[in-house]
Amino acid sequence: MTGKGEILPLRASEDVVIVRQRVRALAAQEGLKLVDQTKIVTAASELARNTVIYGRDGTALLEAVEAGGRRGVRLTFEDRGPGIADLQLAMKDGYTTGGGLGLGLSGSKRLCNEFEIESKVGVGTRVTITRWR
Amino acid sequence: MERIPILKMGSFLLVTVQVDMHDQLAMNLQSDLTDKIVSAKARGVLIDISALDIVDSFIGRMLGNIASMSRILDAETVVVGMQPAVAITLVELGLALTGVRTALNIEKGMDLLRASIG
Repeated sequence: MTGKGEILPLRASEDVVIVRQRVRALAAQEGLKLVDQTKIVTAASELARNTVIYGRDGTALLEAVEAGGRRGVRLTFEDRGPGIADLQLAMKDGYTTGGGLGLGLSGSKRLCNEFEIESKVGVGTRVTITRWR
Repeated sequence: MERIPILKMGSFLLVTVQVDMHDQLAMNLQSDLTDKIVSAKARGVLIDISALDIVDSFIGRMLGNIASMSRILDAETVVVGMQPAVAITLVELGLALTGVRTALNIEKGMDLLRASIG
């Protein structure tokens, strides 16, 4: 697997807009169809917002990836926030501690092909998603 | 502060979202619209989102809020121009936009508003 990445900061709500635009450009460049571009950009928007709201010193890593002749886009959202104590609960539709709709994690998982989440209380959270062409 | 313009056309308000909105901008639009419904005594609100290439849960929630608030203030809201890829993504995300009236384009949206106000 090869990847050449771009790291973007996630500190304010304006940063979420920049991440959306950069993910769109990368997804188009990697040849994803319009619907798939829309899905990964929407997932990126949800996860980037989570990072800004709940995290601290958040970043987004954007990579073009290739495996078994397939090309795709991989995004990694990382923060040094409080972490998530109960991942199973956090992944449930409608569960939120932030007053939103509680669709960020569960919804973005449905919008991509691969979804991984790691979190440690007091250390931070890392979410990695991949959408293949 | 950045704002999305709201146009008045008779008893209707018209909003065309042409920028990639950050969350605060969306919140501003929500409060500006409710103020304007009252001050302009508007009976209908038309929101054109044809230039938006994504609607995430935050924007979706804002559209739902605007529809509910305007209903309480005796005005109808119609959202028009959603791109097909955006509609597919919204449903998969888990957001059905229940309670938000939609139409394919501005013309059909205006027809819907006129018909519902009578």
